[in-house]
Amino acid sequence: MLAYIIRRLLYAIPILIGVNLITFMLFFMVNSPDDMARAQLGAKQVTPELIASWKEERGYDKPLFINTKAEGFAQVSDTLFVHESLKLFSFDFGFSDSNRNIGADIKERMMPSFSIALPTFMIALITNISLALLLVLFRGSMLDTSMMIVAVMIMSVSGLFYIIAGQVLFSKIWHWVPISGYESGWDGVKFIILPVMIGVFAGIGSGVRWYRSIFLEQINQDYVRTARAKGLSEIKVLFGHVLRNGMLPILTGVVVIIPSLFMGSLIMESFFGIPGLGSYTIDAINSQDFAIVKAMVFLGSVLYIIGLILTDISYTLFDPRVKL
Amino acid sequence: MKLVMLWTDMLVWGLVIALLLWSWVISHNPQVKKIWHTIFKSSIAMASSVVLLFYLLFTLLDSIHLRLALPLESQKSQVVEYEVEMVSLLDLIFEHNIQNTERTYSAPFATAEYASSIVVDDEGITKQVYLPLKYVSTKDDFMKESLLALGIGLMLSLLIVAIHIWWRERSRFILACQEIWRGESDLAWRTAYGTFILLVVTFTWLYMLSYSYHVLGTDKVGGDVLYQSFKSIRTGVLIGILTTVIMLPVAVILGVSAGLFGGWVDDVIQYLYTTLSSIPGVLLIAAGVLSMQVMMDNNPTWFETTLERSDLRLLFLILILGITSWTGLCRVLRAETLKISQMEFVTAAKAFGVSKLTIIRRHIVPNLMHIILISVVLDFSGLVLAEAVLSYVGVGVDPTMHSWGNMINQARLEMAREPMVWWSLFSAFVFMFILVLAANLFSDRIQRVLDPRNKV
Repeated sequence: MLAYIIRRLLYAIPILIGVNLITFMLFFMVNSPDDMARAQLGAKQVTPELIASWKEERGYDKPLFINTKAEGFAQVSDTLFVHESLKLFSFDFGFSDSNRNIGADIKERMMPSFSIALPTFMIALITNISLALLLVLFRGSMLDTSMMIVAVMIMSVSGLFYIIAGQVLFSKIWHWVPISGYESGWDGVKFIILPVMIGVFAGIGSGVRWYRSIFLEQINQDYVRTARAKGLSEIKVLFGHVLRNGMLPILTGVVVIIPSLFMGSLIMESFFGIPGLGSYTIDAINSQDFAIVKAMVFLGSVLYIIGLILTDISYTLFDPRVKL
Repeated sequence: MKLVMLWTDMLVWGLVIALLLWSWVISHNPQVKKIWHTIFKSSIAMASSVVLLFYLLFTLLDSIHLRLALPLESQKSQVVEYEVEMVSLLDLIFEHNIQNTERTYSAPFATAEYASSIVVDDEGITKQVYLPLKYVSTKDDFMKESLLALGIGLMLSLLIVAIHIWWRERSRFILACQEIWRGESDLAWRTAYGTFILLVVTFTWLYMLSYSYHVLGTDKVGGDVLYQSFKSIRTGVLIGILTTVIMLPVAVILGVSAGLFGGWVDDVIQYLYTTLSSIPGVLLIAAGVLSMQVMMDNNPTWFETTLERSDLRLLFLILILGITSWTGLCRVLRAETLKISQMEFVTAAKAFGVSKLTIIRRHIVPNLMHIILISVVLDFSGLVLAEAVLSYVGVGVDPTMHSWGNMINQARLEMAREPMVWWSLFSAFVFMFILVLAANLFSDRIQRVLDPRNKV
């Protein structure tokens, strides 16, 4: 087990290097550091000296991949790419354009994101699975067909509408909850309810359809027929056999997301004014702060890769057939 | 008049030609014909494909751009000068709506502005009044005009339906009409014609009334919302279709070669898509769009007009979306190719010494077609929805371009006004919902017919 995890962690390294290479190409090769300096400083009164000092401030004055001035190994190592990558690998994200420490910002903003994303995820998981089981129990009936049509309709509406409609209805017209804001601790619950509910509702259409198709795939298996032949009630078959065996494909889809919950949701957080990583990213995008976007890309892929490893581990825990 | 082609126009028309060619090819293949026949037996599939075709029609109308000739100033110069700005055919259809720009917000069918303004009248008294709109008919004949529009729409659509039936079944026209009316035709033609008539009647009603009213109101700077909603169709449909089409060759080539050749080719391709898919989609798109913005700011010579600029930006956005979205399909295609290449017919072909290229062309790709088709239709609705979110995040299409995302983005602030300005949001919602719902229903049907797992 341990050897397997170590092997998986080692395999993550080339992928992270690849991620770095992609972001590096996006940020430094599509536009040379000179172009970026010009865009940041404003095109009007740009002098070569200003550009040079802007680049030096950020350490962007090194060559991209190969340093012809250096000797030996330093030809490759004393380059912008290696410096940038090493910094990211040690989780040193540097400073944003507004001179804030990105690493500290991320630490501070992770919890608010998580406090929205985790309840949304848990409640959505439970509702979707129970609704899907209900539909599978009544499969082929009017309830099933009409609910499936409703699910397609829910899926066909942009999430932005749910947020806007929810805010107008619950906050503006009925005044049940504040329209936006955030507080840590139990006092903050009133701010969280609406985004969580909207998040759950927006995902219900695709979620229920997905879980339903998983359970329907199980219900045609031989072991279900055997269970019925033994005289088990339909409820017992559903919960004891179909749900348990359906957990496996559900795990693959679900565990991957868990670490990424820290990243938060971009639109949710910016609509509800939650000081999490999602709104952090949006602010960075709007102010064209490349350093923050770069850090978020790296963080996002690290969390995703952790999710992949967790998925494999959870497989071995839940499915005795899988041996490492 | 001079015809101009934007980049995306070329892609759209190229795609249309390719689609026509493809449908001509498959119309000679009895097996494939049978599958499509099964798909269109469902009335939901028929209705949604009519809706999709309707949206496609507006996309195409909006994809023919012209430069109008300037009026000749004097008879001496024989050289015809053209306007700098381009207009599309759709712009010409809605020309009255473009020109009839009001001062500010007005509600649907309103005759006065939405907010009151303070005016000083002739006697020097300050008053709060709702200023009347400039381009709205003062005659109160809403009912009469509506009835006229509905009548014309009904006649027009019935005529087209009749021509279509006649074109299909020349010899037994009356009989075919009766069959369709009773819903006994082989395919679900009754629903198709019903949807068609409904769409045409609604459109004529909206269009004819748009001459005397702002049917869906006006926005902050007095622009007509109906026109904006129709202009947004092109943006949404283009992002939905072109993205998948652009990424399709990459996904198919890489997926098939990974599955078929194995070894280091497989390793490299797997590494490539694992790496790409491990970056969160929105962030990769955001990073791509931000870099593109800087690139376009530094190369102002690439475009002449704002329309060309926004078109180029749309093209880049489609490319970036394509780069981020091919990984899922590639993974599925690789697995499926792996499965197919182990089947007996492939082994037999190999034993007969058939070349690898022929095996791919004749045995593997035809067996992947259903997966490709399903993913194209499934991705479509997701991409149309994604456009709205991306525009909200600020990495979507150009702010000057009409798109549902931009409309929603503006409407967000309007909802906070007192009283609410709801019609921009409502229009974007309705137009988007119909398109996405139709696409979702259609893809559902395709999936049910084509996916072998659904055959129990």
